Amino acid sequence: MANLNINIGKLQLKNPVMTASGTFGYGTEFSDFMDVSRIGGIFVKGTTIRDRQGNPYPRMAETPSGMLNAVGLQNKGVDYFIDHIYPTIKDIDTNIIVNVSGSTIEDYVETAEKLNSLEKIPAIELNISCPNVKEGGMAFGTSCLSAAQVVKSVRMAYKNELIVKLSPNVTDISEIALAVEAEGADSVSLINTLLGMAINAEKRKPVLSTITGGLSGPAVKPIALRMVWQVAQAVKIPVIGLGGIMNAADAIEFLLAGASAIQIGTANFIDPTVSIKVIDGINDYLDRHGFQSVHEIVGALEV
Amino acid sequence: MLDLIIKENKQLSSQYSLLILTSPDKLPEILPGQFAEVRVDGSQTTFLRRPISIHFVDYELNELWLLIQIVGDGTRRMAEMNVGECLNLLMPLGNSFNFPENKDAKVLLVGGGCGVAPLLYLGANLKNAGFEVNFLLGARSKADLLQLCEYERFGNVYTTTEDGTHGERGFVTQHSALNGSKFDYIYTCGPTPMMKSVAAYAAKTKANCEVSLENTMACGIGACLCCVTDTTEGHLCVCTEGPVFNITKLKWQI
Repeated sequence: MANLNINIGKLQLKNPVMTASGTFGYGTEFSDFMDVSRIGGIFVKGTTIRDRQGNPYPRMAETPSGMLNAVGLQNKGVDYFIDHIYPTIKDIDTNIIVNVSGSTIEDYVETAEKLNSLEKIPAIELNISCPNVKEGGMAFGTSCLSAAQVVKSVRMAYKNELIVKLSPNVTDISEIALAVEAEGADSVSLINTLLGMAINAEKRKPVLSTITGGLSGPAVKPIALRMVWQVAQAVKIPVIGLGGIMNAADAIEFLLAGASAIQIGTANFIDPTVSIKVIDGINDYLDRHGFQSVHEIVGALEV
Repeated sequence: MLDLIIKENKQLSSQYSLLILTSPDKLPEILPGQFAEVRVDGSQTTFLRRPISIHFVDYELNELWLLIQIVGDGTRRMAEMNVGECLNLLMPLGNSFNFPENKDAKVLLVGGGCGVAPLLYLGANLKNAGFEVNFLLGARSKADLLQLCEYERFGNVYTTTEDGTHGERGFVTQHSALNGSKFDYIYTCGPTPMMKSVAAYAAKTKANCEVSLENTMACGIGACLCCVTDTTEGHLCVCTEGPVFNITKLKWQI
């Protein structure tokens, strides 16, 4: 049994396997299938200052080895989260991290400030990369200047661990990562979904109500892996890797590329217990290769 | 998650197969209207699980029936499975149909196409609960009317076909059975235009009406928020708040 503990800044993880925002609800949805406290952390659904109904149906299109979604940050707002959801999840024995989104810098700051006071929320993940809302979201994450501005403002207002989730829909993701690092991000997570599109040729109509949506699943894994590699080379802060991880082998590839931890997203839809299997698979790999700790394989790619 | 074994695969027509599944373990309690998310192995184009209605449960024989309509590669792969192979299911998922409080209530179950699937198990449960059951089943043609003798075990069966090859010619909502009788509770599942016209009939005749929706889904457990429908309470997940909705809750223009 290898040591799977790993830290992301001040955040202590019992293992490097976490679940991605928007794919694991608030964790409670999965408690019928598994012991959710076994995973290293749960990134809960994207939360905004006010409640959002999200985009109209249809919001999903299945694609080769993946899916497009255009949910559009449906959530009941941060106050509802604090009053009604937080009390039901705060005693889960793992890191509960809130994914925070907004349309303006003030939205982000105000939401982050409200989350400051919650004892059992050790970190937030700043979502500057959602491709499915008209304003905000990805608009902040696709230029160094706006990414830096929003991180700078939230950094001043938020005292705990600040993770910034990066968009892959950029020319050079390392530049954005460096920009948010310079403004005080404690770590970065990447990648969010890739902007994509699906068409129903018979009807000559787009499949999604929003025409475009975010692509996830194993189809995006090689791109995610490349970006994690590039960013890990560029920054000094820890990197959390995600994008198309379906099993332990995929997760290990991200760790080797330089991610200190990983998130599992779309795979939760096919196998709700996949995260447990990934934890066990990483442990088996470490034992098989004679590693004492998961630290030894972070960035251990031999090139 | 359950791994069930294919006990029988009955090809009902070129488009439909009936999978009879079983398990060495006792099947869980399943309510009428609930569904399973079925994992499809060995299909290159199928990535997500497929939501499939529970067609029937036979607890004595420990059998679960799924009616599969071949619409793409995933359902084709399912329909071609062999006896003895394993199928992985997340189930039972979703809510269920509600029964009338008054045992004398006249109930009608209206199905079209593959939407007839959940009505068999519903009809069986209604009959067990002491209701007199009426099925009204519609299809394009005689060959698309499936499992009629199974429905006949649990109630009266009326049929319509678009080409007139079985029962009355036309759509379910044109059937003469609707003219003479007043139904108190109507359940429906099938193509959306059909369900909307059934809902309109129910609204007109002041019948209580529940519909089972078939929105495209990813997770099936309320995590991804992809399968939402617009309701009086905002966007709700069809997988967890449904698939059964009372028409008064839906924002349908009827």
